[in-house]
Amino acid sequence: MNRRNLLSLFMGSAVALAAAPALALDTKRATALINAVVGDINRVINSGKSEQAMYAEFEKIFDRYGDVPIIARSTLGPDARTASERQMAQFSDAFGSYLARKYGARFREFIGSKITVQDTRKIKSYYEVETVANLRGQPPFLVVFRVSDRSGQDRFFDIVIEGISLGKTERTEIGAMLDARRGDLDRLIKDLARAG
Amino acid sequence: MRRTPVLVTMSFAAFAALAGCSVPDEPVEIHDPYEGANRKVHAFNRAIDRAALDPTATVYGTVVPRPLRSGFSKVANNLDTPRFLLNNILQGNVEDAGLNTFRFLLNSTVGIGGLFDFAESIGLERAPTGFGETLHVWGVQEGAYIELPVLGPSNERDAFGRAVDFVSNPLRAVVPADEDWVFTAATITDGLNTRYQFDSTIASIYNSADSYAQARSLYLQNRRFELGEDEEDFLFDPYADFEE
Repeated sequence: MNRRNLLSLFMGSAVALAAAPALALDTKRATALINAVVGDINRVINSGKSEQAMYAEFEKIFDRYGDVPIIARSTLGPDARTASERQMAQFSDAFGSYLARKYGARFREFIGSKITVQDTRKIKSYYEVETVANLRGQPPFLVVFRVSDRSGQDRFFDIVIEGISLGKTERTEIGAMLDARRGDLDRLIKDLARAG
Repeated sequence: MRRTPVLVTMSFAAFAALAGCSVPDEPVEIHDPYEGANRKVHAFNRAIDRAALDPTATVYGTVVPRPLRSGFSKVANNLDTPRFLLNNILQGNVEDAGLNTFRFLLNSTVGIGGLFDFAESIGLERAPTGFGETLHVWGVQEGAYIELPVLGPSNERDAFGRAVDFVSNPLRAVVPADEDWVFTAATITDGLNTRYQFDSTIASIYNSADSYAQARSLYLQNRRFELGEDEEDFLFDPYADFEE
């Protein structure tokens, strides 16, 4: 590589770097995000850590790469509008740890297996990253991550396993939990911290 | 009369299904006009599961070693393959028809009556189907949600499909009557194995705040995914709430 090439490479990267924050989410960035997510998940499920330690790790993965506050808010539905800021923050926290326990328990069944990114497609306002989970002695199955930057950062906002959306499923579940408590959000927050 | 062609029976079934399905005026995510009755069936299914199915499946799963359980389930799948093939033909799905033909021939011979899924080991993956899917291919809507006694979550189209599936395996027509028990035994052991394998999933549904609504949601989402039905109208879009 001669000097001029090197220079133009630098210039090119500098321009790319300067432009990056202004650019919208694209296939590459969506794929990169989910590569990081499945990399972390694969590491956790094959780390040999205890159940509790794994749940803590899963919660971190959800927090780092997922848009937990927005998912939490959406599962509450219209009740989110009347909730106070403090309640929403508490609910979001409780919801995050509930997700980690509930789905962490399912990911535990993946121990000894591997999730790999297959394909990324743009759908309307978001990106869909298809991954495949290969479990021992079972046919592989499809795990789709939906990624958006509408929060201002690249985050996944839904995980869809064989067509079943985490967001939809939790909307049903949280709605039912809230109904069972006659709409008492504070009680729901307290109970959610133990549920999953 | 003994040879009432399966095709004629199935066409009648299709018309009946077309006429019988409750289709909402506008597409809705969950169409459940029979919720009251469905919830009663759900309570009944839970009771049956707790009293009989779950304990029996636990015993079966504990006593019978995994390779044998898996072998029995493979036999069940193999015995059902001619029925898959029949539906592949009705759906005009040439590729899967070829696949299921090869799977049946290979597994019945090299796979020792289906005890081993030899076809899968050389890359010919399972491709189960049924009359419910055939109706879908023919343009019948899924209709209302139904929870069937013992069999669980379904919809009008699939409930109809299951009834047709039950009586339309071409293999049963050629197997001597005194060997008919094989089909029943295969179905039952496969059912118990499935219940045992999915124990933690089923437990998590029963632990949910409204297990009826949870089972309904999971079934409808997964079934539409299996059939490749478009869910675009019902996407989970948590950002939409803020953009209105």
